[in-house]
Amino acid sequence: MSLLNGASAALITVGVLFFIAGTMGLLRFPDLFTRLHALTKADNLGLGFIVAGLALYSGSWMVTIKLVLIWCLVMISSAVASHLIAQAALRKGIKPWQAP
Amino acid sequence: MASTVVHWLLDALFILTLLLLAWRALASTDLFTAIVVFIGFGLMMALVWLRLRAPDIALAEAAIGAGLTGALLLNAYAKQKRTPGEAPSASTKPESGREHVIQFVFLVVGVMLLIPLGWAILSLPLSGEGLRSNVEQHISLSGVSNPVTAVLLNFRGYDTLLEIAVLLLAMLAIWVVSAHETPSTRIQPVEFSALWGLSATLTPILILTAGYVLWIGSNRPGGAFQAGALLGGAAVMLILSGYTFTMKPFWLRLIVALALLVFIATGAALTANGAFLQYPTEWAGTLILVIETAATVSIGAILVLLFLGRRPDDLPANKKTDLVHSDKDIP
Repeated sequence: MSLLNGASAALITVGVLFFIAGTMGLLRFPDLFTRLHALTKADNLGLGFIVAGLALYSGSWMVTIKLVLIWCLVMISSAVASHLIAQAALRKGIKPWQAP
Repeated sequence: MASTVVHWLLDALFILTLLLLAWRALASTDLFTAIVVFIGFGLMMALVWLRLRAPDIALAEAAIGAGLTGALLLNAYAKQKRTPGEAPSASTKPESGREHVIQFVFLVVGVMLLIPLGWAILSLPLSGEGLRSNVEQHISLSGVSNPVTAVLLNFRGYDTLLEIAVLLLAMLAIWVVSAHETPSTRIQPVEFSALWGLSATLTPILILTAGYVLWIGSNRPGGAFQAGALLGGAAVMLILSGYTFTMKPFWLRLIVALALLVFIATGAALTANGAFLQYPTEWAGTLILVIETAATVSIGAILVLLFLGRRPDDLPANKKTDLVHSDKDIP
């Protein structure tokens, strides 16, 4: 395994760990708002790491540009989607969780 | 050896997830949950198609099966909720004897379908060429180098022609039954400025991508259905963020019928020197591109109108044939 392949494997592993952390948050956090927080933050970062790893692995500029574009689009849409969900919940009268 | 095990595990995971999602979508009594699970099922299905090395179908499944069908179902759910009465639910009443009879009939019909379908699948050869060598032999005559496009638009052009006709008919059926809708059942745009910003950012990108997917369809996965779904998705997002499309009724009808008109006109024009829809080889690529472009525009428009679920405002119901019901909402 070359150094480049090793680096890309390491980056993808870190990305997967972020996804696992986000999923744990989704399952364990107490209410909708904290769960959204866990999902969007951790998954966007995790996807960033995976994109970086895949870009290294591909070794091509065109593929890298496309991957980064995908990452940016996912970040924009997930940010807006999570705000939409949170705002809909607030309008419905769901109160954010507070530590007892 | 290790990679075989990984592939085997991956396939097992896919199959189990699909079965679980399908069961949850059918069994959950909360309709909203069922819809969300169904969208998840569509996305999972798209991944499975990719795994089966069918990226064309994966694209169509993700865009139409998960994306636009999901939007359609959510829209239908919202409409049902806004009609007076309690919140929609799959089964609120206790089951009566009649429902048991209906369930039994469905069970019998389902089993009767399952047996021949199962037999047909099990009797297929495990590894076979199918029509692949046939397609590969004649692909140089088709005018395109993507075998899927060659089959859809050339070798089996009839099928695609009829598919487009079915889509158009579905939309016309909605126009007929929805002529008497009230404003309360209309789509409520979301009042949220970030959604407007998202639509403004993504719409140009989606139009560009649709053009790319349409163009690339001649030699790589892509084509009219995927490109049309992207256009339709962009328009659905614009509608949800409060944008209203205005268009003369004539132009709207022309756009919606364009694919079928172009397809039939091309086919009819070709009957002079051959059979219906039999393209001459040197023109095949151009003709396919023309048909696919028209199909992209029409499919996009039809998908949006399916999502709207009603006759657009500028196409009022025909008063002469509308004697039974009175349209109080349309001035």
